[in-house]
Amino acid sequence: MLRFLLRRLFTMALTALCLTFIVFFLTNLPPNLEKLAKSEAGSRISDAEVRSWLDKNGHGSPLLVRYGEWLGVMPGWTREENGVTRGRCIARGQDPATAPTFCGVLEGNWGFSSVFKDDVGTIIGTRLGLTGILMFWVMVLMVPAALLIGVLAGMREGSKLDRSLSTFSIASTATPEYVSGVILIAVFATSMGWKVFKGTATSAMDSITFENFFLPVLTIALYGIGYIARMTRASMTEVMTAQYIRTARLKGVSFGNVVMKHALRNALIAPFTVIMLQFPWLLNGVVIVETLFNYKGFGWTLVQAAGNNDIQLLLGCSVVAVVVVLTTQLISDVGYVFLNPRIRIS
Amino acid sequence: MEELGWGAMLLGLAKQFLPVWIALVVTFALSIRYKRRLGLYGKLFDSNIGMTGFAIVMFWVFSALFADLIVTHDTLSQISQMKNKAPGTPTPDGLGWYLLGGDHLGRDVFSRMVAGSRVVIQIAPLATLFAFMVGVTLGLPAGYYGGRLDTGLSFLANLILAFPVILLFYLLVTPEIVKTGLPQYIAIVLFLFPIVFLMVLINSRYYVKPNFRTKVLIAIAVIGGYLYLSLVGEVGSKVAVLPNAIDLIHMPGNILIVFVSVVFVNSPTVFRIVRGITLDIKTRDYVSAAQTRGERPWYIMLWEILPNARGPLIVDFCLRIGYTTILLGTLGFFGLGLSPESPDWGSTINAGRKLLTIAPHPAIVPALALMSLVLGLNLLADGLREESLKD
Repeated sequence: MLRFLLRRLFTMALTALCLTFIVFFLTNLPPNLEKLAKSEAGSRISDAEVRSWLDKNGHGSPLLVRYGEWLGVMPGWTREENGVTRGRCIARGQDPATAPTFCGVLEGNWGFSSVFKDDVGTIIGTRLGLTGILMFWVMVLMVPAALLIGVLAGMREGSKLDRSLSTFSIASTATPEYVSGVILIAVFATSMGWKVFKGTATSAMDSITFENFFLPVLTIALYGIGYIARMTRASMTEVMTAQYIRTARLKGVSFGNVVMKHALRNALIAPFTVIMLQFPWLLNGVVIVETLFNYKGFGWTLVQAAGNNDIQLLLGCSVVAVVVVLTTQLISDVGYVFLNPRIRIS
Repeated sequence: MEELGWGAMLLGLAKQFLPVWIALVVTFALSIRYKRRLGLYGKLFDSNIGMTGFAIVMFWVFSALFADLIVTHDTLSQISQMKNKAPGTPTPDGLGWYLLGGDHLGRDVFSRMVAGSRVVIQIAPLATLFAFMVGVTLGLPAGYYGGRLDTGLSFLANLILAFPVILLFYLLVTPEIVKTGLPQYIAIVLFLFPIVFLMVLINSRYYVKPNFRTKVLIAIAVIGGYLYLSLVGEVGSKVAVLPNAIDLIHMPGNILIVFVSVVFVNSPTVFRIVRGITLDIKTRDYVSAAQTRGERPWYIMLWEILPNARGPLIVDFCLRIGYTTILLGTLGFFGLGLSPESPDWGSTINAGRKLLTIAPHPAIVPALALMSLVLGLNLLADGLREESLKD
């Protein structure tokens, strides 16, 4: 088990390294840097001025060196100019002698956002908190609903209940967030439909109420519910045909007891992995829903960063996204082993 | 002319879709008549779910096909009096109606929705097919040989899968990156796979008939190569191989980029599925028999394993077209890739969502269209799965 964990952690670190390098490469391509220079130093500067601005601000060195600096394994650049030493790790007004040599993501220095004019670490921290609240409520709504639907549909395969619940779950997987969100807003938040909820969640950033938060949560949850419910149903139907269920039934255990005490636990192993693997999907949904409902969380920040060529912030966001995805994959793998003793790791 | 009521509006819609209804009836009549001779496709007509799904999917396919006959107005012409008008409003010239209302620029929502189906039906199945070619060409050897090859390819696939899709889109489709020609370089790699796949397929089968094989291979290389070069290259962009005169396919740059990114996102998943099935099937007796006969590895992979993996692959193909449709919508929703003028459903939803409280119909109509197509594909996949499990 320990070796398995170590190997997984090693692969995870390698993947994270590769992915951040790809993102770094893609966000630091010459046209992006040119755009950055023009937005920082004035849009009408000549090509030569662009080049000198980039050189002056440490974007001139080779890609790998810059990546190393950003990561914090290479010493940050320093440059002396008119007797003043400037550098990546030297804050404005700081004595160069006291500045650290390394300053990168590994040292907790995430850079400075050019759009929000703030430290990337702080921005991501606050935004991630807001998204965390959203995710929490999505999970609270999605997981029990999906499991309930799946178990109810799967306990009597082919029954009317099964047919209608299965159709519902197919329909909900066929409805991406931007479709269900638009429909839900039109039906529940405009004067043409019932005006029960609010069409934006901006006010939910200060105080969450049922009125302003239910629609975004429901929109994200709906897309996930169908998928998890179908997995639960498949696993439930499989368990219900097992020998020990028949034995229990023949012994005279009531149907409800069989479902609750004998079948449920075994049927929930597969959905667990699926729920964990839903996180990356949720991330996708979060970006769409936060844009649609104007809830300024992590997904909204990612869109702003990508749309405004905010290189440092985009890098920070991708690191967080990649780490979230990889961690959930690891948890799902480990959890699967714990839940299912039949699986042995060689 | 007065405004249309709901009944008259629905009647008008049904009338506009007349070519689609005729085509649907003909398809269904012929298919049900000859269903016993049509294999898996024919069996689809035994299951209600499959039939419903097939009907919805074909509805949109025929709509895309006959879009020119169905549309009532030009998709780009704007009538300023018709801005955000409700469904069934007559046009000021008194010649017709905006059956499903006007959008924020005074364009006909109905016509744009129909024209949008053309964009989706053109890109989604083709992109999925390409993703399958890539996934199959890489997944078969990974599962069959295992070892280092498998470890390497799986790592690459997981790498792409760990990328949040939206981030990947933002990174690939922004104008700055398009300027560097990166999507075109990816296209060069990805579009090579179908040709490689076909050549290996033919070569492994007709290895013993060198004359025939060589002829076919040369044909594939010439035709495929020509299509490849004209698809990948475009005069005036970073990759320009063929001169304009003989460049057959003029794909607008942004459509190519959307196409590439969708293929790029889909192929790792297909790879994983194919690899998994291969791992399972290669332990079967008929594979050992072929090995004992002394068949070559690629023959076993493509002519023994692949045909026996068709069931799950066909089902996944249907599901994946639906998923690709969703991805295309996502791209449009974020205003990436396709031009904002484009009538595709994602872009129209994006344009309509900003005025949702004033006029919901410009966003609702394409949203329902997209939902119904994906639902149809899901139902079709479900029906196929049920029917293919029966034998």
